[in-house]
Amino acid sequence: MEDPMAAIRETFFQECEEQLAELEAGLIAMENGTAEVETVNAVFRAVHSMKGGAGIFSLDALVRFAHVFETALDKVRSGDLAATPPVLAVFLRAADVLADLVRAAREGGSVDETRTAALVEEFNHINDAGANAPPVPPAPAAAPPPETTDGLFEDAPQPPVWKIVFTPRPELYAKANETALLLRELSRLGEMRVTLDAAHLPDLNVLDPEGAYLTWHIELVSDCDESAIQHVFEFVEDDCTLEITPPVAPGFAPGTVITGDNGFKFEFFPPAEDEPEAEAAPEARAPDPTTEAPVPAVKEIPVPAAPKSPAVEAMAAKAETAAAVSATIRVDLDRVDRMIDLVGELVINEAMLSQRVMEAGINRASGVAMALEELEHLTREIQDSVMAIRAQPVRSVFQRMPRLVREVAAQTGKQVRLITEGEGTEVDKTVIERIADPLTHMIRNAIDHGLESTEKRLEAGKPAEGTVKLTALHRSGRIVLEVSDDGGGINRARVKQKAIENGLIAPDAQLSEEEIDNLIFLPGFSTAAKVSDISGRGVGMDVVKQSVTALGGRISIASRPGRGSTFTLSLPLTLAVLDGMVISAHGHTLIIPLGAIVETLKPRAQDVFPLDREINVLALRGGYVPMVDVAASLGYCDQFVEPEQSVALLVEGEGGVRAVLLVDAIHGQRQVVIKSLEANYRAVPGIAAATVMGDGRVALILDVDAVVRNARSEAGRVEARADLPALEAN
Amino acid sequence: MSTTVLTVDDSRAMRDMLRHSLIAAGFRVLQAEDGVHGLEVLETETPDVIVTDINMPRMDGFGFIEAVRRDETRRAMPVLVLTTEVDVEKKNRARAAGATGWIVKPFDPVKLVDAIRRVAA
Amino acid sequence: MPNSMQTDANSRELIAFRVGRQEFCINVMMVREIRGWTAATALPRAPRYVRGVINLRGAVLPIVDLAVRLGLPATDPTERNVIIVVQIAHQQIGLLVDAVSDILTASDSNIQTSPDVSSDLVKTFVKGLLPVDGRMISLIGLDNVLPASELEAA
Repeated sequence: MEDPMAAIRETFFQECEEQLAELEAGLIAMENGTAEVETVNAVFRAVHSMKGGAGIFSLDALVRFAHVFETALDKVRSGDLAATPPVLAVFLRAADVLADLVRAAREGGSVDETRTAALVEEFNHINDAGANAPPVPPAPAAAPPPETTDGLFEDAPQPPVWKIVFTPRPELYAKANETALLLRELSRLGEMRVTLDAAHLPDLNVLDPEGAYLTWHIELVSDCDESAIQHVFEFVEDDCTLEITPPVAPGFAPGTVITGDNGFKFEFFPPAEDEPEAEAAPEARAPDPTTEAPVPAVKEIPVPAAPKSPAVEAMAAKAETAAAVSATIRVDLDRVDRMIDLVGELVINEAMLSQRVMEAGINRASGVAMALEELEHLTREIQDSVMAIRAQPVRSVFQRMPRLVREVAAQTGKQVRLITEGEGTEVDKTVIERIADPLTHMIRNAIDHGLESTEKRLEAGKPAEGTVKLTALHRSGRIVLEVSDDGGGINRARVKQKAIENGLIAPDAQLSEEEIDNLIFLPGFSTAAKVSDISGRGVGMDVVKQSVTALGGRISIASRPGRGSTFTLSLPLTLAVLDGMVISAHGHTLIIPLGAIVETLKPRAQDVFPLDREINVLALRGGYVPMVDVAASLGYCDQFVEPEQSVALLVEGEGGVRAVLLVDAIHGQRQVVIKSLEANYRAVPGIAAATVMGDGRVALILDVDAVVRNARSEAGRVEARADLPALEAN
Repeated sequence: MSTTVLTVDDSRAMRDMLRHSLIAAGFRVLQAEDGVHGLEVLETETPDVIVTDINMPRMDGFGFIEAVRRDETRRAMPVLVLTTEVDVEKKNRARAAGATGWIVKPFDPVKLVDAIRRVAA
Repeated sequence: MPNSMQTDANSRELIAFRVGRQEFCINVMMVREIRGWTAATALPRAPRYVRGVINLRGAVLPIVDLAVRLGLPATDPTERNVIIVVQIAHQQIGLLVDAVSDILTASDSNIQTSPDVSSDLVKTFVKGLLPVDGRMISLIGLDNVLPASELEAA
């Protein structure tokens, strides 16, 4: 059984994440001047709401900081404080601190106290500066903010006092009623003062043990109505004398204040002058003692025929909630994943069925074949719909970037503005989870290496503030992410020099501008004169490329000197299925991910040059690309196929490294459902994963990177690198 | 027959909290995310008591209470404001709008239930 | 028909099968299902006893030729051969055997230790010997049936 409070707490933290994102987005909009009136309100609400929730869970540090923050935001909202850039800068940093406080509260751990304290100090300064601002307490000791409600109650009327005289008759006791219980019940209605009148109590020797001699005088401070009091005495009213004197003003008393010890405060307002009280007046309902909470006349609630079980009640309440709150439901991710697995099975089974039907020689125009076609269509639709359930907007990843930009900007001393576009672009959650790292890296790189220092920018006649733009869009069934900067662009001379120094290219290699730009993706390449801990702790863009390629993605760069660079990252929309080329090699059916294939070739004998007995290279547009016999590379055979008798695929692996794969034949393209080999076996060198084909057999998906890497290392073993000019940059 | 309470709050955590407390106290609970949504719920439901937040998107608590009071049949419907706002001016605005009571968060579930019982009875 | 021997608290059910001319058995609790042979997709650079992988209702299942694993001549599988799908820790694997021969109930006291002269391979897998009606059935453990590390496969 789940602890409901833990669940609510979790909801609170989830909500905090959303509110933090909204807060940041709003502040950035304000900074960019794109804020609307509602933006300021939304920003205020986000902080306000976090404060409110944090109060429930006694997260005092969070409440305190949110309160100070909120006070300043409220001033902006009311126009007492101008949202100038310095003020917004403080707000943005405060948003970061708030995020840290939320995370610390959620996961335990601490926050940078000095940073928090410094910001509180800045807030005090800001808040003091606002017109008519009451001073903000530096750090209120208790969670709830100080109350400022006093003024309203100075002329509040005295609480209503009911006077009740209760004299039981002997019959009351005879029916096993107990005065103590009645009084206790009555005390639930409000504060009570009871005096016992024992004047009629006779001497013990004449006392009738079953007689009744006592009278209670009760003063009840309560804004209840008379029926509530009568309700207490409901079962004894015929067996006692009961006098009830209402307070001067019947009904609940305006201005009644109930204060709890946790900051809770509850206060009734006096009814509006023209409030029609008749219908809801206590007197009208007083004679109905059967319901504890009398019902206003306007209410219409279906009455269940029999008392519902608590479970049914809870379900009903849940159903109402679901209906009332919104049209979305939250589903356990495991359930969605299970469904995706099952749909994967369905796709495979459908393909198997189709194949069997074809094998059985059934006429394509027959009813069976047509029904099967319909089934295939439906299956694809189900697959797309199920995949769509897991699709999420990239917003969650984009929202982490502004903070990163602020931090890197602070570290590098550069002024940076981040523009994001296409946050709503959706992609499968398997991809979402894995684009954050490459994006982080690319943005760091754009600020650290892409943007010039402020002085250099000013010298070049550019605005001091550099711009980094992050864009997401769908293009031909893939998601494309672009990170562009308006910096100096790639210094091609320096990049080429560096590549020559590192032995990555021959000194006399003739490279196009594009080829030079893409050298930065080569392993071990770093253009920073000193290794910067900002742009990835000593690792370069090759790592980004590696992780992107591992996802079936591609990355490229376009650069214009003096104008900036644009990194373009394209990824499949999901990692659960893959578009692949079905090939055969030495009788084995294999899948090669389409994303890795640059082009298919038909090699000519005169373009193939042996490096040694084992390695051939193919002359291709002025460079030499090593050839890899796929079957031999996987150990399926020892004999190499004749290159001119095979089909060649130019592929690109990690770091832009290219190779030509030789296979027996290409059997077409298809989307395959990716199956893990590790689940029941282990990782297999040269194989990325498996899939199930239409005939029900397992086909292996080639790990292009591994095969290419392997080929390169063998080629490197045989020949010195310099003898393979422009190998990688081809 | 249980008392029906409509809670209007943009915070899911707060709504969950209210629902949890109020259902435990035997109330039937309706929920809305903001004022606009609250009015939508009121088109088909007639709660005994409304508990509303002030700071909400689309339509805030003030606007919501005013809209509730504009309808003749809902003038007697008790509306409690549950808020972290402590500003006197805000409180006066809520009263002017037609709120029945004002409860300052963080709320004590017992006292909240008590407050609802008082206005519902 | 379960071939009932002594039944006591330590008794367990074993499934016996033939591999070549020998009989082996494993604890029936490990067995998930028994199915006919289907052609496996060869895995590159796999040990010789790993025949490849097959599709078991969407999961990729490695097939171990138990004969090769136990140092016997490789099986040449036909439709009559059987795959015993077993659960080992979190993984399921298929054991290629010739045929399932028996279901036995045996207690610890029925199981004899294997003679000291046995090879390392036998020592790795054979946990004991079970005499049944003049036959000798080797009780095998499956913990090491799959390659332990990549080194072994390379």
